[in-house]
Amino acid sequence: MKQTLVVIGNGMVGQHFLAGLAASTGKDQYDIVTFCEEPRPAYDRVHLSEFFSGKTAEDLSLIPEGFFADNGITLHLGDRAATIDREHKTVTSAKGVSIRYDKLVLATGSYPFVPPVPGHDRKNCLVYRTIEDLEAMTAAARTGKVGTVVGGGLLGLEAAKALKDLGLDTHVVEFAPRLMAVQIDEGGGAMLRRKIEALGVTVHTNKNTSQIIDGDTCVNKMCFADGEELETDVVLFSAGIRPRDDIAKGCGLDIGQRGGIVIDNHCKTSDPDIYAIGECALWNGMIFGLVAPGYAMARTVIADLNGSEALFTGADMSTKLKLMGVDVASIGDAHARTQGALIFTYQNGGSDVYKRLVVSEDKTRLLGAVLVGDANEYGTLLQYCQNGIALPEHPDSLILPRNAGEAVGLGPDALPASAQICSCYEVSKGAICSAIEAGCTTVNALKAETKAGTGCGGCVPLLKSVLNCELAKQGYEVNTDLCEHFAYTRQDLYNLIKVEGIKTFDALLAKHGRGLGCEICKPAVASILASHWNDYILKTEHVGLQDTNDTFLANMQKDGTYSVVPRIPGGEISPDMLIVLGQVGKKYNLYTKITGGQRVDLFGARLEELPAIWKELVDAGFESGHAYGKSLRTVKSCVGSTWCRYGVDDSVGLAIALENRYKGLRSPHKIKFAVSGCTRECAEAQGKDIGVIATENGWSLYVCGNGGMKPRHADLFATGLDKDTLIAYIDRVLIFYIRTADRLQRTSVWLENLAGGLDYLKAVVIDDKLGLCAELEQQMSHVIDTYQCEWKTTLEDADKLKRFRHFINSDQTDDNIVFVEERGQIRPANPEERRHFQLVEVA
Amino acid sequence: MTIWFDVCAVEDLQPNSGVCVLVQNQQIALFYLPATESVYAVHNFDPFGLANVLARGLIGDIGGQPMVASPLYKQHFHLTTGECFENSSVRIPAYPVRIDNARVSVGIPEPSV
Ligand code: SRM
Ligand SMILES: Cc1cc2nc3c(=O)[nH]c(=O)nc-3n(C[C@H](O)[C@H](O)[C@H](O)COP(=O)(O)OP(=O)(O)OC[C@H]3O[C@@H](n4cnc5c(N)ncnc54)[C@H](O)[C@@H]3O)c2cc1C
Ligand code: SF4
Ligand code: FES
Repeated sequence: MKQTLVVIGNGMVGQHFLAGLAASTGKDQYDIVTFCEEPRPAYDRVHLSEFFSGKTAEDLSLIPEGFFADNGITLHLGDRAATIDREHKTVTSAKGVSIRYDKLVLATGSYPFVPPVPGHDRKNCLVYRTIEDLEAMTAAARTGKVGTVVGGGLLGLEAAKALKDLGLDTHVVEFAPRLMAVQIDEGGGAMLRRKIEALGVTVHTNKNTSQIIDGDTCVNKMCFADGEELETDVVLFSAGIRPRDDIAKGCGLDIGQRGGIVIDNHCKTSDPDIYAIGECALWNGMIFGLVAPGYAMARTVIADLNGSEALFTGADMSTKLKLMGVDVASIGDAHARTQGALIFTYQNGGSDVYKRLVVSEDKTRLLGAVLVGDANEYGTLLQYCQNGIALPEHPDSLILPRNAGEAVGLGPDALPASAQICSCYEVSKGAICSAIEAGCTTVNALKAETKAGTGCGGCVPLLKSVLNCELAKQGYEVNTDLCEHFAYTRQDLYNLIKVEGIKTFDALLAKHGRGLGCEICKPAVASILASHWNDYILKTEHVGLQDTNDTFLANMQKDGTYSVVPRIPGGEISPDMLIVLGQVGKKYNLYTKITGGQRVDLFGARLEELPAIWKELVDAGFESGHAYGKSLRTVKSCVGSTWCRYGVDDSVGLAIALENRYKGLRSPHKIKFAVSGCTRECAEAQGKDIGVIATENGWSLYVCGNGGMKPRHADLFATGLDKDTLIAYIDRVLIFYIRTADRLQRTSVWLENLAGGLDYLKAVVIDDKLGLCAELEQQMSHVIDTYQCEWKTTLEDADKLKRFRHFINSDQTDDNIVFVEERGQIRPANPEERRHFQLVEVA
Repeated sequence: MTIWFDVCAVEDLQPNSGVCVLVQNQQIALFYLPATESVYAVHNFDPFGLANVLARGLIGDIGGQPMVASPLYKQHFHLTTGECFENSSVRIPAYPVRIDNARVSVGIPEPSV
């Protein structure tokens, strides 16, 4: 007979437990029932804030499709387990469902602590834990201007970011004298505060809220013990968590003095048939407010139910996060509480980096660390700390800035096989090496095989370096040749072309390559030549190198016709120009669509029609939009201060200036910009390669974001810029990217692979670390000075126009191009229609 | 039997690139490699993309074998055999080319009876 297993709570840990049990042999011994109080089953609370950047509840869901049905698990959704009767071994729910259990698992999580100050339950006084909480925040932010977070811990700062993103003037009120008092020390806290204040969040420390009352200018007013007051529309409490132990208390299980269901090393409560896991459980006097320890508890219980031995022996509370774009990490004994511990600190006021090492008295072991502003060493330091690896003779060398040529941290090779690489899924280096031996040769394959890297994602860089190191050891050569014709990387070729002054593909091939070339090296070299010399791309010596889109200065569509995209700088267009577009579209019977880049695309042009169409457009004042090139695409703008009641500066004017400045610039991949007139960010600048946002203090520059296949949020690069400095920085960033990126590497991936990352890029562009800035700007000036509209030049060259014919020996057209009508416009006929329907022939 | 058709002058060709000619109602892509003084002819129809576009593809070599890459989805075709490098069961028609007195002619197989 099967036993009945009841799980109370379907949160992150409850679900991890169910998934693990379902995948284990023990699954067949139990009928499994779970109570889920929330209106939806488990979702990813760790990434909850991404709800504000567009993730939906479905995106956050942790439930694989069909999970409950496929595994025969009964789910009571939106039903809270209300009481446990341990004598009769039954659980009864709020809706009246009563289930007899043999084994019971409590995974009830925690709730946000709200300090019982008078007025804490007033309108717009909220917490941050569930999707419903986020919906309430969004609604409250809609009518408010000011938001205040009570609590400057890890979650509080994340909540502050959310309020800021919702467009509120944001404050953080902290009772303690510094931020993140639990995880980081005073020096780190001060640095973090400076950084966060620079982002426009006001931080108040040493503030004790005494009551919340009616506001004068806002919905609420917070009154502090020191007599000060703060007007705020939204109050968000983030003052710590409390375990949800009410149901356990109700049935007489042992509860800790300050709450929490007491468990032993098997995660058993004081009743041997009842387990508790996750944030509701108290182990050795500790509550773990992170997901990885909860997962470890879940694995312990699964092992116990399967009759094997596994003990929960505590968990590491080290964390690495990005708070409001600031890297913060805390490892082990960050506060140096260990007897005799020695402290090493490194502080760089200029680039706002703070690092602290806590080292054992005899200087051989790392006990803890704090990193603010640059957490690149997190992986290495964590390994030193967790695996007790002997420290180098001068431990501070681990946190001092590295100058080129010096060894970089702890190589993955130095790690023992037992070293834990992924804390979320407890994957050791040994397990990863076995997977590599079994044939996983990419990070994605390793993720699929071992699950490492699929939780918080924090271990992926380390995972990658272990992979590369193992592959190298197994004799795989990591081949970086561009293709079989050039045994060089794109960067190498760039330097050869620059240093040797090479101006054509043939010259480069003769000197440094072999064979005839191919569709990989030809466009890559064409792009480098164009970035550096900026010749007309259809010059005889260059034309054979171009992809078809560049050859015909238009984008080939599925049926061999082309699309036409004139430039509309900044998205600003007059009615007259719109009429021209309409007339041309109508005359040539083109399908017309507004693109995602704020301009108009005209589709269905035959090769031989392109010159006539472009002649009309150029005559009317349009220029090529380079939609076909790996080059500047669009600079999206919002309407900005000219019309918008919130606009701080002229975003349209700047967008037009930037688009005109960089149009025609050829680069390793396409480049997109946007400019927003205020932090409401209607132009979505933080999703672009280059993003600019107007603030009261000047322009803020964001770099290396993109949408597309793998969206990346841009990084804040500099703030408070005047227009000239802004442009100088953009010039330098772009040329540095063009010189050093890989073929078809967007700025996002480039930055992620750039040794030293954002800080290094800042050092090069802002501090002129490499002494290159003048040269970078000069190269950009050359490109700008030699700009030409490729279509205009082509229309003036009868010889070039000859190519725009389908047949060079006949005036006939391609009879394979067939359109049908849909919604009043043309589209290519599909194969079915070609056979069955009356076709609309377009002359 | 192969029948030869005069299609164009050598100077009508595009160095290191392709053009398309109409011969007997067939669309034929011609590629010209001045480095080796060679001209190649294959059918213009891309059997994967189902469009007449191969003349607009990039040319070069794979392991020394001359090829054109389709501009649509980048499959490679051998310029003398027409065989697809990615899938040898796919083969496009390839034609012999002759150059005489700076004129280009293409050989088309006589339709078999
Ligand atoms: C026309 C347009 C769709 C539309 O109807 O709105 C479009 C159409 C194409 N996009 Fe796009 N993209 C268009 C806006 C976008 C956007 C939105 C934006 O720019 O704000 C994105 C996401 C933002 C981004 O790039 O960061 C976008 C992300 C992509 C990607 C993925 C890039 C990535 O890094 O992941 C590709 C593939 C690629 O470039 O390799 C792509 C590639 C293409 C290509 C070139 C695919 C192809 O080779 O045929 C399409 C041909 C364009 C044409 O025929 O004119 N398109 N594409 C948009 C043209 C905007 C313009 O005015 O120039
Ligand atoms: C905004 C935010 C950011 C975070 N970021 C991180 C991070 O970066 N890294 C990290 O490690 N952790 C992070 N955490 C913490 C992490 O989310 C928790 O550690 C984790 O969710 C704990 O899982 P749990 O299952 O114990 O609790 P929960 O996920 O809270 O699940 C408990 C569930 O049980 C339900 N429940 C309670 N009582 C009953 C009952 N009687 N009957 C039925 N159902 C009941 C609750 O409604 C809830 O759905 C974050 C948390 C938040 C809110
Ligand atoms: S981003 Fe632009 S359009 Fe949006 S509110 Fe600001 S100024 Fe107005
Ligand atoms: S440590 Fe979180 S995914 Fe690996």
